Amino acid sequence: MKNGIAIDCRLDALYYGDFLAVRDSHVPVESGSITGFIGPSGCGKSSVLRCFNRTNDLIPSFRFSGNVYFQGQDIYHKSIDPVSVRRYIGMVFQQPNPFAMSIFDNVAFGLRINKYKGEVGARVEQALRQAALWDEVKDKLKKSGLSLSGGQQQRLCIARAIATSPAVLLMDEPCSALDPIATRSIEELMLELKTRYTIALVTHNMQQARRVADKTAFMGVDISGGRRTGYLVELGETRQVFEEPREELTREYMRGKFS
Amino acid sequence: MATSASTETTTETTIDPEQLKRSWLRPHTFLSGLLSGLTWLIALLACVPLFSLLYMLVVKGGSRLSPAVFTELPPAAFEAGGGFGNAIVGTGVMVGIAALLSVPIGILIAVYLSEFGKQTRIARVARFCIKTLTGMPSILAGVFAYAAVVLLTGGYSAPAGGIALSLLMLPTVVLTAEEALRMVPNAMREAAYGMGCTPTQVVLRVVLPTATAGTLTGVMLAVARASGETAPLLFTALFSDYWITQQGGFALMEPTASLAVLIYNYSGMPFDNQVELAWAASLVLVILVMIANAAGRLLSLRQVGMQR
Amino acid sequence: MSDSRSDSRSDSRSESRSDSRSESRSDSTSDDGGAAGAPVAAPVARPPSAMERLSDRGFTGATRILTWGVVALAGYIVWEIGGHALPAIREYGTGFLTGTEWDANRQQFGILAQIWGTVYSSLLALLMAGFVGLTIAIFLTQGFLPRTLETTFRYIVELLAAVPSVVYGLWGIHVVIPLLRPVAEWLHAGFSWIPFFSTTLSGPGMFPAALVLAIMILPTVAAVSQDALTAVPHKMKEAVYGIGATRWEAIVKVIVPAASTSIFGAMVLGLGRALGETMALAMLVGNSNQITLSLFSPANTLAAALALNFPEAGRIETQALMYSAVVLLAITLIVNVIGAAIVARATKRLEA
Repeated sequence: MKNGIAIDCRLDALYYGDFLAVRDSHVPVESGSITGFIGPSGCGKSSVLRCFNRTNDLIPSFRFSGNVYFQGQDIYHKSIDPVSVRRYIGMVFQQPNPFAMSIFDNVAFGLRINKYKGEVGARVEQALRQAALWDEVKDKLKKSGLSLSGGQQQRLCIARAIATSPAVLLMDEPCSALDPIATRSIEELMLELKTRYTIALVTHNMQQARRVADKTAFMGVDISGGRRTGYLVELGETRQVFEEPREELTREYMRGKFS
Repeated sequence: MATSASTETTTETTIDPEQLKRSWLRPHTFLSGLLSGLTWLIALLACVPLFSLLYMLVVKGGSRLSPAVFTELPPAAFEAGGGFGNAIVGTGVMVGIAALLSVPIGILIAVYLSEFGKQTRIARVARFCIKTLTGMPSILAGVFAYAAVVLLTGGYSAPAGGIALSLLMLPTVVLTAEEALRMVPNAMREAAYGMGCTPTQVVLRVVLPTATAGTLTGVMLAVARASGETAPLLFTALFSDYWITQQGGFALMEPTASLAVLIYNYSGMPFDNQVELAWAASLVLVILVMIANAAGRLLSLRQVGMQR
Repeated sequence: MSDSRSDSRSDSRSESRSDSRSESRSDSTSDDGGAAGAPVAAPVARPPSAMERLSDRGFTGATRILTWGVVALAGYIVWEIGGHALPAIREYGTGFLTGTEWDANRQQFGILAQIWGTVYSSLLALLMAGFVGLTIAIFLTQGFLPRTLETTFRYIVELLAAVPSVVYGLWGIHVVIPLLRPVAEWLHAGFSWIPFFSTTLSGPGMFPAALVLAIMILPTVAAVSQDALTAVPHKMKEAVYGIGATRWEAIVKVIVPAASTSIFGAMVLGLGRALGETMALAMLVGNSNQITLSLFSPANTLAAALALNFPEAGRIETQALMYSAVVLLAITLIVNVIGAAIVARATKRLEA
């Protein structure tokens, strides 16, 4: 394992309008490994992930205080263009969301917007192979991406995200819309991909985090103010977080989930 | 569906089974049946005008239809024969001008309303203006184009007619395109932004291509409407008995013929030849409009998000 | 601004990557810590070029400017028509609205007769179209037909809307008027003491115009009424059928009343269309400025008068016509806004 830090998230507060959604969550994401984010629903784990490539900026009421360092550069610094950030940090969403274009064009999309000068076909093939989709679609690359099954669509979205070889891959509950078999194949894919990419994974499925994540961040919800505010409870090696949690809250959560 | 099983509830607990049987003699069953019959009658009656119209178009217009009507110029008062070739070309030219103006502008406005400025005050004001334009009588588009174009350029012309028509097309294009853009799943926008697209790239590479079918629906419906419009052309393009191509060039800045105005001019003429030509022109016009309408409808079925 | 951004980016370590990515075939592992062992194709990400930023600005700016433009256009239409009407407005004032004479030679202009004709023809048309349209809406939404036939029938009604109005005019002249003439003569002969039948139909006239107008607005009224009826919650229908109501008891006592606001809105929108309709009226109404209840006497409407008089109008008459265009614009605008507001409010209430 390499141990450089790809993304260092030092989130102090994250608001949607007046609503404080997440506070005090400092999570370094290590290079070449999978960092899992778990916690009860409403704990803001997806919100945190969406800060890593500034997709939260698309929500007009979003406000953020803190810093997110990507390779040493604060991506929330005002000199930073979010569009550029997103080109270096790929994202796979909860629902498979292929574009209404051919399978090939879906994967080639990122190459084209980045004005890739080389052999597009070769990279598309490579990305589809890495996403374990090539054998299923190699004969119908011209078919619409929407014609695929849910699991295939999600792998297509992964292929689309990795075609440009982004430095980091963010996965926001990538299996929540999939059946167990498709989920299994995506999980295998993640383990395969982590040798090449840094992955940050949000999941509501604890078992999944346990199976694939190297490090796990457990987030809790603070309901004290009458509103639900998420925060980081504990971060550590996955095995340690699951088996010997340091925090009482984590232990209770694990027990509630597993006993 | 619902049957009218009647149950006259009385204080008795036992009910005569006869009471549950359907009988036309019961007043409310009878009334219900009568009203249903009347409804059928009125619904069928409402179809009579359409079929009468279609019958007249086919019989009167169809009998006059020949290759000559497409190639020849309108006849003078007592002349026999003739056609309306120049009017077909004129309608095409003016609807073309109108489409060139209204389609790109309309789509860009729809993009602002649905993508960039959804919630802004200006978007709300613009939406109101566009809906108001939808309800504007078409004759007023003609009055406006007369004041703004004919008086300015000093004469009746094809562009004046085209501008008047474009005013009527614009709202249809904007509103249908906006609706088509809204049907594009938000997940696709998110995916595109997530890949590092600029807002323009999101729109041009993902959202608009996905909404192509729905947008074209609006264009075809607008073309269909504009092709049949008469009032806006009466005093903007006027009419002409000649081809729009004169001495090898386009006489765009001259009065221009159109099918609709030809039908209007010939409808009340006391000459059979002209009235027959009006019917034939109506048939051609209705076919053109129906084709554009049908194309629009077929396209709308192919819009992503429209699958029911 | 965009320059300063890309400058600051090049401070970061991404610089080395942006160099290597231009060589497409470079098989080197990305050296920024992303790879662990296995070879990875060179990253291709690069920040948007200055050109892309510029075109982004240009495109978003263009859409915004055009949106402003359409607002300006609406204002310009009013300003342009109003501007040309201004001399006439100054000259005739409100007397224009109450005068009944339109004589270009004596420069006497009043549009009361046209306003009367506009309102009378529209209301007559609405009376017919409203009744038939509502009936059709009930017919198509309350299970009288199997689904497929419903769709077909709906399409037939919508076809009525696709026929250009000038074709309706032609049909009216050559089919409707000859058909109505004997009926009108019989009614006039027997019932001339009723003001509606005080004259006979000599050619164009109010009733044929209103009848054709009714056919033209029928699709609008029917479509909006259908929307209104389908918006009635299914629970409500179940409740009323559940207590043993017949179909018509359900329709008349529950379903139509529940949708009544929207249906009223549909009628007002239909009225808006009727008020502005031009060609069919110009061809069928007779271009005669008189105020009468008679269904068979010729009359005039604002829109028809514009179509008929504009092409041959002199300067003064053009100004007067512009004035009447302003009046027409105001009337249709008010009616349409009211209709849309009613429909919007009714939909909101039913959804709530």
